[in-house]
Amino acid sequence: MNLFADAFAWLFSPDRLTGPHPLPQAIAEHLFYTFVSVAIAAVIALPIGYLIGHTGKGRDVAVAIVGAGRAVPSFGLILLLVLVLGVLHKPAAAITAFVLLAIPSILSGAYTGIEAIDRATLDAGRAMGMTQWQVFRKIEFPLSLPLVMGGLRSAVLQVVATVTLAAYVGLGGLGFYIIQGVPLRRFDQILGGALAVVFLALVLDGLFALLQRMAVPRGVGAGKPHQSGAPRRTNKGVMEQNQDFAVETGT
Amino acid sequence: MTWVANNWDLIATLTVAHLRQSVLPIFLGLVIAIPLGWLAFRFRWSRGLILTTSGLMYTIPSLALFALLPPLLGISFLSTANLVIALTIYAVAIMVRSVADALASIDPNVRAAATAMGYGPWRRFWAVELPLAGPVILAGLRVAAVSTISLATVGILIGVENLGYLFTNGLQRRIVPEVLAGVVAVMVIALIIDLTLAATGRLLMPWAPGRRTRRRGRRARMVTS
Repeated sequence: MNLFADAFAWLFSPDRLTGPHPLPQAIAEHLFYTFVSVAIAAVIALPIGYLIGHTGKGRDVAVAIVGAGRAVPSFGLILLLVLVLGVLHKPAAAITAFVLLAIPSILSGAYTGIEAIDRATLDAGRAMGMTQWQVFRKIEFPLSLPLVMGGLRSAVLQVVATVTLAAYVGLGGLGFYIIQGVPLRRFDQILGGALAVVFLALVLDGLFALLQRMAVPRGVGAGKPHQSGAPRRTNKGVMEQNQDFAVETGT
Repeated sequence: MTWVANNWDLIATLTVAHLRQSVLPIFLGLVIAIPLGWLAFRFRWSRGLILTTSGLMYTIPSLALFALLPPLLGISFLSTANLVIALTIYAVAIMVRSVADALASIDPNVRAAATAMGYGPWRRFWAVELPLAGPVILAGLRVAAVSTISLATVGILIGVENLGYLFTNGLQRRIVPEVLAGVVAVMVIALIIDLTLAATGRLLMPWAPGRRTRRRGRRARMVTS
């Protein structure tokens, strides 16, 4: 436990606010790369995911992309892109890698979000004379929101973890302390950096869990999460599935 | 391509090491996740505890987990044990929920029928519940296997040599085909293991719902997709 005391001492030492790589700057870098990448990925993946969910076309392609995305070694992808795009374009290469890694979770959140909607609800909308666009805007978009947030949540977690690894190519962020500490055998710094990363990941995850809960439209998911053993359906299912989803994707 | 042809031996050696380091966590993960998943399914108090804990474990970035485990367990930072334990934790975190969901998806009438036929809880679990939960557990196992294989490459950062070696070595020597070969090799291995697990599942569990049962099989598909 002494090591943890050392790590905390390192973490809260006044030296962390000065020097060539202060802690607040590392956190800012980490957050910057995470949010920029997830935002770009969302702009690309959400419309495609919604389109797949709405039309039901291209589902197999999306499933294949999501499955293959899980097999891509994120660390290898960063190094590959840094090599290919050149060391001078490191941030661009790294962000490209993060975006590629974030796309599958977000895509999957969007199309499963629409797929999980009870078909009867959509039919009711159509029977009321809604256009395709209205069906999307008034039914599919709000009802799919919890799962979409779940997809964003997995993407954020995946990218936070990957930004940590990107310190290997000198991108900065919180991973810097761990990677720099290994050859120096500075275990207080390694552990301190690790605790900071864990803290950041947990805070972001908590934040997105909250957003996910807030994204459930009023009147949906009013029931408590299910009792074990009972078969679940529609409304309750949405809450359930987005939790499943959060665990099942990302790294 | 010439790089791959000239370094075939290296790739093969690293692939074997990679498989050795990933198969153990996948197997251990399944063995640990089944009782934990059952606990999560069976009791309300343990459900929240187990699922929340596994969710939090999953949230911890890999590099941070490598740094946290040594002081907690008294193992060496730069060791295969560190990698294998970290990967096992992630595999358990992924599979616990599938096991719990799989057990919950069993028709209560089937469980009641088994009890009425005189099955005790222990025998009912092995002869009725586990086989019926099998297909959904398998879906979770496949996800865990693929993530474990791709995540294992991070081991190179704690000095454990596997296909991740091709990434760092390729970057230092600026050989693009080397890094690319590593990425492709990892994805190919992951695909082979995934297909092997799927085929084994189909052989062992012929009662698994077919892929065409769209509406009814949705929960099972949610896990895979």
